Amino acid sequence: MLDVKAGDEQSFALLLHRYRSPLINFLYRMVRNREQAEDLAQEVFIRVYRAREDYVPSAKFTTWLFRIATNLALNSVRDNRYQRMEISLDAPVTVDAEDGDEKTLDVAEKHPNIEQHLVEETRKKMIRHAIEKLPEKQRAAVLLHKYQELDYGEISKILQCSESALKSLLFRAYETLRVELAPLVAQQGKQ
Amino acid sequence: MNCSRMENKILGYVDGRLKEGERLEMEKHLSTCAACQLRVNEFRAVNVLLDELPTIEPSAAFDIRMQARVAAEPAKQSWWAWFTPSPRIAFAASMLLLATVWLGSRPADSPLSAADVDKINQNMSVLENYDVISDFAPLSELPQPAQGDDIDDANQNQSTNPNQQM
Repeated sequence: MLDVKAGDEQSFALLLHRYRSPLINFLYRMVRNREQAEDLAQEVFIRVYRAREDYVPSAKFTTWLFRIATNLALNSVRDNRYQRMEISLDAPVTVDAEDGDEKTLDVAEKHPNIEQHLVEETRKKMIRHAIEKLPEKQRAAVLLHKYQELDYGEISKILQCSESALKSLLFRAYETLRVELAPLVAQQGKQ
Repeated sequence: MNCSRMENKILGYVDGRLKEGERLEMEKHLSTCAACQLRVNEFRAVNVLLDELPTIEPSAAFDIRMQARVAAEPAKQSWWAWFTPSPRIAFAASMLLLATVWLGSRPADSPLSAADVDKINQNMSVLENYDVISDFAPLSELPQPAQGDDIDDANQNQSTNPNQQM
């Protein structure tokens, strides 16, 4: 980021390449809409680009990046601007397989065992639903903790709360997930 | 350690993020508390389940749109650049200066002397009544003198007063 601050455009391209995928995934799981997630990710990167000359490395870059992203995502979730555009995560995702994107697979082609495929899809659906049902701030905490693997200090700065408040937030979120996913948790326990 | 104190540390224990002392304390509690042990196991199971959530890749359009947006961003100027005059502003400022100098060098438009002002003030009452007199209706009802009479009158004046031209 310091190279970007110094006016190195190439460094910004590298930064973009490195963080775009985790950022889009985070936003996708927050707002539950791919198109909107990409729009928000663009907004995050543009804000980073605009603020490059004022950047002070007082905190980790990821903390700064995800703080911008979380604020935008929380505002967006609370705002109903995109309500009409919302597409459930359950809806088939029609994207090119070349992208390596999540895709509704051709059952006959990819899964000779249809029953197994259906079981897997049902599990994924339950997990998505359980995450979607979490309150926004709990959802953000779980996503940052689980998928971005940020430490408590970073996440508490991003969510602008104390570390103890964050731990309490995460505990409540995991308690909810434990209840929502009880059948799968029980299966998991038997394995 | 009681169960309520466990709550904020249980996830840290599951993640392996607790300090050594805290971890040992937790294990000591878990060895005597079946409920907390069950919760730890279930949190671990939730963690494994969350790993199953698939990820997505950015669309091909994302990079193109991103590049276009960055390219469209105006180049940021430093505060010092504020003092650097742009050619357009410099041209406008010099034209304004020239216009000011030209207007300042022009002589004042026919200034009135104090005597002229006195004369105007003296005749002001006549000027003020001019509009009233010019639109005075009874005057328009008077018979207009014939043009031939005017000429005769003029000739008579000339013949009765021959010394005027001398």
